[in-house]
Amino acid sequence: MTDTSTRTGPADWATDQEVRWCPGCGDYSILTAMRMLMPELDVDREKTVFVSGIGCAARFPYYMNTYGMHGIHGRAPAIASGLAMARPDLDIWVIGGDGDMLSIGGNHLIHALRRNVNLKVLMFNNMIYGLTKGQFSPTSETGKVTKSSPMGSLDHPFNPISIALGAEATFVARTHDMDRKHMMETFRRAHEHKGASFVEVFQNCNVFNDGAWEGITKKQNRDANLIQLHHGQPIKFGAEGEFGVIIDNGSAKVVSVSDVAESSLLVHDENKEDPSTAFMLSRLARGPFEPTPVGIFRAVERTEYAASATQQLAVAQDQKGPGDLAAILRSRGTWTV
Amino acid sequence: MTDTAPRELPLQELDEVIIRFAGDSGDGMQLTGDQFTSISAALGNDLATLPEFPAEIRAPQGTLAGVSAFQVRISDFAITTPGDAPTVLVVMNPAALKAQLHNLVQGGAIIVNTDAFTERNIEKAGYKSNPLDDGTLDNYRNYPVPMGQITRDAVAEHGVKPRDAERSKNFFALGLISWMYTRPVEPTMEFINTKFRGKELVIKANEAAFKAGYNFGETAEIFEAHYEIKPAPLASGEYTNVNGNTALAWGLVAAGVLARLPTFLGSYPITPASDILHELSTMKNFGVRTFQAEDEIAAAASAVGAAFGGALAFTTTSGPGLALKGETLGLAVSLELPMVIVDVQRGGPSTGLPTKPEQADLLMAMYGRHSESPMPIVAAKSPSHCFDAAIEACRIALKYRTPVMLLSDNALANSSEPWLLPDVDSLPDIGVDFQTEFNGTNEDGDGIYLPYLRDEETLARPWAIPGTPGLMHRVGGIEKEDGSGNISYDPENHQKMVNVRQAKVDGIDVPDVEVMGDQDADFCFLSWGSTWGAVDAATARLQKAGHKVAYVHLVHLNPFPSNLGEVLGKFKKVLCPEMNAGQLDKLVRAKYLIDVQGAHKMNGVPYTTAEIEAAALETLRV
Repeated sequence: MTDTSTRTGPADWATDQEVRWCPGCGDYSILTAMRMLMPELDVDREKTVFVSGIGCAARFPYYMNTYGMHGIHGRAPAIASGLAMARPDLDIWVIGGDGDMLSIGGNHLIHALRRNVNLKVLMFNNMIYGLTKGQFSPTSETGKVTKSSPMGSLDHPFNPISIALGAEATFVARTHDMDRKHMMETFRRAHEHKGASFVEVFQNCNVFNDGAWEGITKKQNRDANLIQLHHGQPIKFGAEGEFGVIIDNGSAKVVSVSDVAESSLLVHDENKEDPSTAFMLSRLARGPFEPTPVGIFRAVERTEYAASATQQLAVAQDQKGPGDLAAILRSRGTWTV
Repeated sequence: MTDTAPRELPLQELDEVIIRFAGDSGDGMQLTGDQFTSISAALGNDLATLPEFPAEIRAPQGTLAGVSAFQVRISDFAITTPGDAPTVLVVMNPAALKAQLHNLVQGGAIIVNTDAFTERNIEKAGYKSNPLDDGTLDNYRNYPVPMGQITRDAVAEHGVKPRDAERSKNFFALGLISWMYTRPVEPTMEFINTKFRGKELVIKANEAAFKAGYNFGETAEIFEAHYEIKPAPLASGEYTNVNGNTALAWGLVAAGVLARLPTFLGSYPITPASDILHELSTMKNFGVRTFQAEDEIAAAASAVGAAFGGALAFTTTSGPGLALKGETLGLAVSLELPMVIVDVQRGGPSTGLPTKPEQADLLMAMYGRHSESPMPIVAAKSPSHCFDAAIEACRIALKYRTPVMLLSDNALANSSEPWLLPDVDSLPDIGVDFQTEFNGTNEDGDGIYLPYLRDEETLARPWAIPGTPGLMHRVGGIEKEDGSGNISYDPENHQKMVNVRQAKVDGIDVPDVEVMGDQDADFCFLSWGSTWGAVDAATARLQKAGHKVAYVHLVHLNPFPSNLGEVLGKFKKVLCPEMNAGQLDKLVRAKYLIDVQGAHKMNGVPYTTAEIEAAALETLRV
């Protein structure tokens, strides 16, 4: 029973379970990207775990031939945190949707991120509740008409990247389901990162919110509306690179490169300790209808949580010696009758 | 009086004394009580304690809300409760007197710090006139002592400021009581030196205050006698004094050692369970990983994750937290992973009485999850028994791959008793094997892993942990196909899985109950949890008075011991005293159709022996 993952191909990472997402769902392309990426990573299937909550995205673990747990709504980051604490040797991915991660599980997400637990959190954002059949989600636009908001949703949406940066996540990125190469590259970087990685994946729900991201992810719209972030390079986009991003009066702003000096364009620095500039970038677009950055917003180093916990165990053993049950029972003083 | 020769006060022998120290939360009453307990334990007395403190950290000084008390009972015979009512009350201020006087037995002794009875403090406590001289204390033996003043005088020579000197007055009280009950001085001197190491001035002040109190008893000529309580005939061996939370924490760690598994605690701070988190956090050298989660749900969820990873996982909480964990525990039931959930019960509903005991979470432990979600329940019966109960809960969890509920309560959590230390080598081996090999074959004859293929005897499923080559599998809360664990909505399979989850819990090997007391009695108590002590003591009293009485105490609440119905059926009357409105009696009636009578108490104070005795007499009369 040896598992020689060095020779695996995408099929080795697939289970025999029938994939039950709706035909045409964006989740399929994310699953394919993941199955194609895994053989390229230096990991073993038996050391890999996918943990999820509840929702369409949360079925993901059933389709990966690794260890996996389909948990309960919103709690995947908490379940995975316990697993990572108990087993720092594992490679743990957490999969969920926008409702799972930002509504019922919002608390667990921000705490896993601020602790920097070694988890790769992928949040599939389709701006709708799919599995419960089409209610507005915490990322739905204000005014969204759904079954539970026939007169339009009153809620102001969350910006997932802003939230992750606000929680001081050490790795924050965004990709989308229409670009497999970009997904694979983004997931690869998330995997390389030590600590918590947060990746927002724009994902199309073709049944309840079809085309929600089209304004920016459709092929003909990408040049004009997807801003690719490249570390160390001035932020430029457009078919000819005719647009750019500058920082103006404390905000990121889109400009025509011809209107400004090339040197005034913001040079992207994903390693910048201070998350403020990354946060400004996360505020560039108000919705999927104007230029939106994708790629890696932030990738900084900070001590990983479970590693620190393990270190405390080692220090305690150094200081007190290995645990001695008979001694601990006597630690409050004894007397003999 | 001109005679300066030391007086020879008579030394009287007592079989027991129940002392209650009461003062403001800042007066150090818990420390005083703890230390008096320690000295008495070392002298070989049997003892039991009952601390009582306000929910507020520092309620306004001098108010009733801020009164903190510590009751300790010491005896020359074996006891199981901290006693019904104190015979000696030490009060540090008017609020303490007001809050505690009603507890004192008629004719009991009050040692009172008269310095604190200023007009302002008297008014704050809600007295219209000074209770020391308005007849309030007429039915008691009153010993007025200006503790504050004598303490200030005693410590002045060490250069302690008067304001700081006041803080040592609890040691004056401890010294006085130590003299009164002929406790040795040396252990407290050692304690002071250890406790306040590095704070020379504090050490000197506390030593001086203690000695002043001790000498005051001898020379002040207000006491008629001092007392001796001989050692109790306890089983020989090495003892420590332990409270329920500490014993429970040690039991969890011991279980990890006995199972040869790394341990993990996911917890969110909550009164009165937090001390278990604190204690385990100091035991990292045992490989214990503690995780203070962002909320109660995450605490339970992290334990589920750790259990999936192969740790012996725990989550500790109290009632409000258990309510929040319900859905996660349902997941644990469905995943059939071993873990232990500790509920240190407190008064409810809602925030209720955070620092007072109740036994009202039994039905929540039993049924507090949606759908059919059976979970074994183990309940501790005394502070030291929390250690054994924790190991037993872990044993069941591991053997049957199931979450197990371990119930304690606030009466056990903070009360302490002498504990005859077990021989660590004699503790049970509760280890289990992880699955490392295929346990089935597919259509092509290739080896596969079936995560829900059960052990025929225990119905436990195999536990294959991540990192095990070849056994990759997925588990989840969705209904699973028996055997393969694959998602299944098949009606027959669901019926089968519901049945098998119940059968697994029903089949847990639980020891039979024993009938204690008179085997041929017509009357029997049925108890669980912390009421054990009072039921045991009441049984003895009733027997002494000529009644035939038996009792049955349950440590396992789910499943019940297999002989329970038969045993209870033999008695004409069964009385179940509980600190709830009737929960165990419901379960027993439902299961065995036995007419169990309930006795109920929900005032935040543990059952006294007298109350149980009275309830029994009433039942016997009917």
